[in-house]
Amino acid sequence: MRAKTHTPGRTVRKTGRRHPLATIALIAIGLGLTGGAYAAFNTSTASAEPAAASQQSVDQGKKIFMSNCATCHGLSASGTANGPSLIGVGAAAVDFQVGTGRMPMAMNGPQAQQKPVQFTGSDISALADYVASLAPGPGIPNASLLDTTQGNAANGGELFRTNCAMCHNVAGAGGALTEGKFAPALSGVSAQHIYEAMVTGPQNMPVFNDSNISPSGKRDIITYLKYIEKNPSPGGFALGDLGPVAEGLFLWIFGLGSIVALTVWITAKSN
Amino acid sequence: MSTTTAAPRAAKKGGFTAAAANYLEDRTSMSAAVREFGRKIFPDHWSFLLGEVALYSFIVILLSGTFLTFFFQASQASVIYDGSFVPLKGVEMSSAMSSTLNISFDIRGGLLMRQVHHWAALLFVASIGLHMLRIYFTGAFRKPRELNWVIGFVLFILAMAEGFTGYSLPDDLLSGNGLRIIDGLIKGIPLVGTWISFLLFGGEFPGTAIVGRLYTLHILLLPALVLAMIALHLLFVVVHKHTQYAGPGRTQENVIGYPVLPVYAAKAGGFFFIVFGVVVLMASFFTINPIWNYGPYDPSPVSAGTQPDWYIGFADGALRLIPPGWEFVWLNHTWSFNILTPLIVIGVFIVLVMFYPFIESWITGDRREHHILDRPRNAPTRTAIGAAGVTFYAGLWAAASSDLIATHFMLTIEGVIHAIQAIVVLGPFVAFFIAKRVCLALQKKDRSIALHGYESGRIVRLPGGEYIEVHERLDEYERWRLVSFESYQPLMLRPNSRGKITVGQRVRAGISRWFFEDRIAPVTMRELEEGHGHH
Repeated sequence: MRAKTHTPGRTVRKTGRRHPLATIALIAIGLGLTGGAYAAFNTSTASAEPAAASQQSVDQGKKIFMSNCATCHGLSASGTANGPSLIGVGAAAVDFQVGTGRMPMAMNGPQAQQKPVQFTGSDISALADYVASLAPGPGIPNASLLDTTQGNAANGGELFRTNCAMCHNVAGAGGALTEGKFAPALSGVSAQHIYEAMVTGPQNMPVFNDSNISPSGKRDIITYLKYIEKNPSPGGFALGDLGPVAEGLFLWIFGLGSIVALTVWITAKSN
Repeated sequence: MSTTTAAPRAAKKGGFTAAAANYLEDRTSMSAAVREFGRKIFPDHWSFLLGEVALYSFIVILLSGTFLTFFFQASQASVIYDGSFVPLKGVEMSSAMSSTLNISFDIRGGLLMRQVHHWAALLFVASIGLHMLRIYFTGAFRKPRELNWVIGFVLFILAMAEGFTGYSLPDDLLSGNGLRIIDGLIKGIPLVGTWISFLLFGGEFPGTAIVGRLYTLHILLLPALVLAMIALHLLFVVVHKHTQYAGPGRTQENVIGYPVLPVYAAKAGGFFFIVFGVVVLMASFFTINPIWNYGPYDPSPVSAGTQPDWYIGFADGALRLIPPGWEFVWLNHTWSFNILTPLIVIGVFIVLVMFYPFIESWITGDRREHHILDRPRNAPTRTAIGAAGVTFYAGLWAAASSDLIATHFMLTIEGVIHAIQAIVVLGPFVAFFIAKRVCLALQKKDRSIALHGYESGRIVRLPGGEYIEVHERLDEYERWRLVSFESYQPLMLRPNSRGKITVGQRVRAGISRWFFEDRIAPVTMRELEEGHGHH
């Protein structure tokens, strides 16, 4: 009988006892709902509203969640000591974290690393639907917000330098944060993921909500990033866009190195 | 090859060249100068060309810089950019930034010239650095060249000043951040800091005056000083004659090598174009200072990976290495020891390097002229001090890229900083010890080779069954290289004319003992003769 009490969910409820974490979960759900509602209120109408997800997709997502995510995020997605609550994080967070391979996490570390994506596109959207069904949160942006032909690269550049460059570097080459954390390089990141990162603030990134940077401002930032990604540096090889350190390293090793080799050649004794 | 005492050339009569030469000679009496400079001898060694690299890159900088002044507007008047770089179109910026963007995108050859100018500037300072290391480790700064070392060092400082003022001109985000750090450094000086900052920037940072002021310094005062110093530096090189490495026939009184005319002038002239070519190749294929990425200066944003050009890196690194909390309020003033400490430490370091020749000659008490270069191993303590200095500088330098080291080697930035703090503080001692031991070991090896010859790899079995490896003797020329160096001994502590031993003398004797206590004496004639008997 003892063994039975350890089997999940239903059996426990039958005994009539409350799960020890129920209070916490309740508070978390309450907070999540309040926060989610606040976020939804804050999110202007231009932002993506979650497309009405089919119940079938939500159920499918729940299954995937139970077998892949619940170990850390909890059976009700309300978080455990090993992972945060996902109530109210919205579909955008799931699409970003799982769609870039950061989740499921390979191991605990300063931050989740990007790696090959572990799920198919339909699995990811089912997961997103499930998490979005828990509480309102930022949804997956619709295509018009990602359309770089409508964005203004110059405005995006200014916004990027003011809001993003201190961590991601002016050219989006990435940069260091404290304690082994880092802001990743932004080239090769899809427009959708960039947008989702801004609205959900993954890892150590702050959330840039729509009153902070308007949806069209976000589109401008994406336009700028896509412009510098598509147009190689006019000055030649960009040396990683890392600035004076890369330039100095190049000069000392290749510039001065070749000059010294030439001095040796010039002063070599003829045979 | 010829020596300084060259045979007079027989002048040919007739022809246009002769007539032109006579015409010039009658009016300028320049034959004396031509005879002096044309017959000046340069010994051949690759490391003697490093100073020339600096000279040539300076010429490249002058040429490309002149081109840039045609189009650059050193003004912080606000304009709306309307050039051809799309992501900045319609952005408000200073005309300095806007004109730099125009040079980059709308003036034919402008971007190439900008990149030539900047790469040549990096090469200029780097080649000065390498040249200085060569001078230091070979002891070429000894009498009579101490003053020329100081002049060269002043040139190094001037080159850094030229570099920094140039870096700050485009008024992009990177240069503005650099200026902000300088502003902070200045303001960190107690009592006068704020006054100096307001004087320099013409008011509160950033103001609208600084680009114009730096431009004047960059294209007028500093280049004039650099040119004057280069002229003086080269004049001294001519007056002192060139140093040379020890070798057969080379003494303190002669110089063996090629005369300037015609051989060396041709080589050096060709080398100028090689250096120019390397710079242009770099500028053609590799971006440097992409100001279009940085955008116009605005005091609020700072980019990740904001660094100065490499030659200012050591100062930036010094600032990064100071642990938190070195700032306190005392007597109603803020004392920023987080800024003052790097300033003081770097200042002391610069003074020590600048006056090292005088310090060493005081310690050795050697007042003779030296025209034969030391091999670094034959001056172990000097080499070890140099290694310690290089480690110290390299630590500060590396600290300027602490963030990039952290991201690229997957480390924590705190770990990187702490490791470099240890390198800067303890590294010089470790480097000193290792370098000195390596020098002494190499000297021992040289000594054994001079005495016993080198291992020939030929194994011979003696009639008794014993195997020995035959050691071949060096020829005279090779051996000369190994045995001809000076060995100093610690100074004796002697009373002066008034029969007293002063504190200064005690200090000097102490340092001298530290310098020369561990030493390997060169092989003497007598040892060599005895050595002959053994093999």
